[in-house]
Amino acid sequence: MKFLHEFRDPALAITLLDQIKHTARRTWVLMEVCGGQTHSLLRHGIDVELQGIVELIHGPGCPVCVTETSAIDLAQRLALRPGIQLMSFGDMLRVPGSCGSLLTARAAGANVMTVYSPLDAVRYAQSHPDQQIVFFAVGFETTAPATALAVLQARNLGLQNFSVLVSHVRVQPAMEALMQEPHHRVQGFLAAGHVCTITGFDVYKDFAKRFRVPIVVTGFEPVDLLQGILACVTQLESGRSEVQNCYGRSVEQFGNPAALRVVEAVYEIADRTWRGLGVIPAGGYRLREGFAEFDAHQRFDLSRPQPADHADDSLRCRAGDILTGRLTPCDCPEFGNACTPDSPLGAPMVSSEGACAAYFRYHRRSVL
Amino acid sequence: MTDSFSWSPNCPIPVTADTQRISLAHGEGARLSRRLIAEHILPRFSTSKNRGFADAARVTTVGCRLAICTDSHTVSPMFFPGGNLGSLAVFGTVNDLAVAGACPRWLTLSLIIEEGLPLVVLEQILDSVAAAAGACHVEIIAGDTKVVPRGAADGLFINTSGVGELVDPVPPGPHSIKVGDKLLVSGPIGQHGIAVMSARDSFAFEWATKSDSCSVIPHVTALRNSVGGHLRAIRDATRGGVSAVLHEWAQECGHTFALTESQIPVTEDVRGACELLGLDPLYVANEGTIVVAIDPRFAEAAATALRQVPGCELAAIVGEVQPQGISPVTIRRTFAAPQPLDEPSGAPLPRIC
Repeated sequence: MKFLHEFRDPALAITLLDQIKHTARRTWVLMEVCGGQTHSLLRHGIDVELQGIVELIHGPGCPVCVTETSAIDLAQRLALRPGIQLMSFGDMLRVPGSCGSLLTARAAGANVMTVYSPLDAVRYAQSHPDQQIVFFAVGFETTAPATALAVLQARNLGLQNFSVLVSHVRVQPAMEALMQEPHHRVQGFLAAGHVCTITGFDVYKDFAKRFRVPIVVTGFEPVDLLQGILACVTQLESGRSEVQNCYGRSVEQFGNPAALRVVEAVYEIADRTWRGLGVIPAGGYRLREGFAEFDAHQRFDLSRPQPADHADDSLRCRAGDILTGRLTPCDCPEFGNACTPDSPLGAPMVSSEGACAAYFRYHRRSVL
Repeated sequence: MTDSFSWSPNCPIPVTADTQRISLAHGEGARLSRRLIAEHILPRFSTSKNRGFADAARVTTVGCRLAICTDSHTVSPMFFPGGNLGSLAVFGTVNDLAVAGACPRWLTLSLIIEEGLPLVVLEQILDSVAAAAGACHVEIIAGDTKVVPRGAADGLFINTSGVGELVDPVPPGPHSIKVGDKLLVSGPIGQHGIAVMSARDSFAFEWATKSDSCSVIPHVTALRNSVGGHLRAIRDATRGGVSAVLHEWAQECGHTFALTESQIPVTEDVRGACELLGLDPLYVANEGTIVVAIDPRFAEAAATALRQVPGCELAAIVGEVQPQGISPVTIRRTFAAPQPLDEPSGAPLPRIC
């Protein structure tokens, strides 16, 4: 398959690995921002191959991991109301809220359905005028444009039965928050390739300068990741801190202008609570006033999250430490004991992008 | 019939069931039930013509050992590229018998129908049941029909139970798997799961992938005729995919199953869909693809024999059995070091981005 085999080529991967080993004169600490990158690194054993040369710490870029508990609770409450059909991405369904996940809510009678795209939810709303369709919109800059487009489509179609529960987050403010932590260890970033496909890489220029940290836009296949790591290590060894694009087949300097236009039209930037990290200034999107009729909060007169909704966060799950790279999943006392993908204590153990799930899947030296 | 009701103005309105859809009355044991069975079900199964409405079918076997299995089938949507619920219900049970080393002979057919199912849909499914049974040379010799209220089932559930005659040499089973044995798959993996997913309304994708749903009797026969006495275990890799089978075997025999990713056959379509959805083909369901463990000296012969079977041209040796290692199942991907391959945890859900 084009763009797949060549980026999984073992010979090329080994060459890059050797180049990294020759370039690095000390151990560098890099953070891969996106959970998809974390999974790929562990799946292909790159972290093990680079032991002692590059320490990879895993960033906050797992969209379901950072979705706040109260948002999941709200989605559950909505899905239990008669006449409402809640829709979301498959990954979101297993993430625990205060009392179970959307999957457990479905077993208890809630109307929860998986869609691949919010546009499918609009299509469904069109063909089911007797139901209220609520799309639970989670994810980073990658998924925010599709939700925005769905809202615009719903407006153009004059749909009265489609609304969104927006929980979209923005990755750069979270990276800034990390760099402002007094004891952070990040020396270089592998920026999230898919987020940058939307935003472009120009937006990181000031960031790299301000924090004197190299930012290398990186893809998801083994060769992509190794190229990103090599570029980052090369910069660090020569004392540079620049923005560099190593995912050229997808990312352009100014991103995807069409996507950015719909985002700008539909959302405004807002502070957002990130699960495990707290409130991140400018860390999310909310619908603009002009789209209030498509806001599920308004349509269903939803109360804002109750303080009790936060009670379970961080009690036993140390998602905040995991998402900021302060703790490696294997070092969490609950990892593999009380917390497994079958009975997760927190979101990072659930998703296909969660760091704990990646360690459980690829690093657990399980006994037969 | 209308005349016969006209004499009594006080008589309740007669049941004039909508003949186009299944109603609860079709399951209440009265005339409509009998007509459903007599007019729509029995005629499709020629072998049952002379058996009528007896309570039990009678069969005769001569001194052979039997294998018996049962499986309930539900799939949403009922029709998908490469098959439907009817063919699936036959092949599913036939394949369970075949991989156990049996020649499938008889099936029972139990229908649980949701009120409101269009009769034409039921007929299409039953036609597929009949065609699949014919292709496998199995007789459908007993059956049952129930109708449940709307909402109590998802259109149609089918249970089939099967009886087959064991044919020597019967593969001894996973407990006999030894270190050094080789692992084979009979063809490209993950096609059924992706085909069903592509047929779901919620995915606005169109993939060319067809389900691999078929009988594996030819696969097992080819193996039996070529390397029969050297087979350890055969399994059809249905729900949970190849990974689920190997995890079950690992638990039974206590060894580690080591796969090499580059040797595992996957079509470009399935590969692309899995990449897009964030799934691993090793966890995606198959309905006509088998996993085989065999004495290593006969692995090549087994692969060659399988490749003669239509649909199995890509059969391949994909791994080997090793002493207990880091994980029950491991896989070598980009680098030489094996990585653990986790046991599937529930149905695979597509990722976000």
